[in-house]
Amino acid sequence: MIEKIEPVQDVKRRRDAVLSSFVDRVPFLKFMGITFDRRGNELTGIMNFDPKLIGNPVVERLHGGGTASFLESAAIITLAWKNIWDAMEAGEIDLENLEGGALPPLPKTIDLTIDYLRPGLPRDAYARATVNRSGRRYASVHVEAWQDRREVLFAQATGHFLMPYEMRP
Amino acid sequence: MVKPNAAQQAFTQNLPLCQALGMEVTDVDEGTATLIMPYSPELIGDPTTGVIHGGAVSALMDSASGLAVYMHPENKGHTATIDLRIDYMRPAAPNKSITAHAEVYHATRSVAFLRATAWTDDRNRPIAQATGAFVFTKKKKTS
Repeated sequence: MIEKIEPVQDVKRRRDAVLSSFVDRVPFLKFMGITFDRRGNELTGIMNFDPKLIGNPVVERLHGGGTASFLESAAIITLAWKNIWDAMEAGEIDLENLEGGALPPLPKTIDLTIDYLRPGLPRDAYARATVNRSGRRYASVHVEAWQDRREVLFAQATGHFLMPYEMRP
Repeated sequence: MVKPNAAQQAFTQNLPLCQALGMEVTDVDEGTATLIMPYSPELIGDPTTGVIHGGAVSALMDSASGLAVYMHPENKGHTATIDLRIDYMRPAAPNKSITAHAEVYHATRSVAFLRATAWTDDRNRPIAQATGAFVFTKKKKTS
């Protein structure tokens, strides 16, 4: 007996719907021009360049506060995504009710330490977060951000997050 | 604390992100600065409670810290954030402006060490605190 394989479009529709509903719920992400690209379960945050993200108008560099926002957002969305994955793949998330409360609240930031390695250039920035530990209550997440070259980071951060009750196993 | 002059007030107007977030300079003194940021639904990070995203609070504290470095009497030249650690102590009450005060508590020839606090109503009940290291160029002593 061969197990029926789920059609690819159904898989993509489910994953994209859950991811975009996490992202669309947060007005600040839209304000900052932060979007997410998905390859399987791997997320890449993108801070799409906009002149309003500039902090130093003389030499045109990204504002450190914008970079901090981007790293924090990438960490939160990646953490929420990692925690919802199993339930989502098991079909336990009501896709018809994503706006109405089928998704748990987002993790809350306890602290974040940002390392500014290079000036942010006036162009798109990318970030990937690694969940180094995800316990029942607390999670520790590391984020790396780059612009033109993946191996040349312009900022990195480590943060601790409080998991919402709904996400605790 | 003294009221900022026109040039000091222009700090937030000249930085596009500060302007986009509606920040204003309220007080400055030697090595310190206070900025205020109005509440806006665009800045919401938690849709269920209407609480402002931590990133916007970080941006406010980072900006206040930058201005505090410029306000240091021995500062000459530009600054940039080297590192910033933010502790989020409680959520910011929705519909309220956030104030951030930053001070340079130590400066070497090349680094300024900063402390910043952010609050809504009561300065003694901060919503977040930050410590950071910033690029600093100390004026040469002329004696």
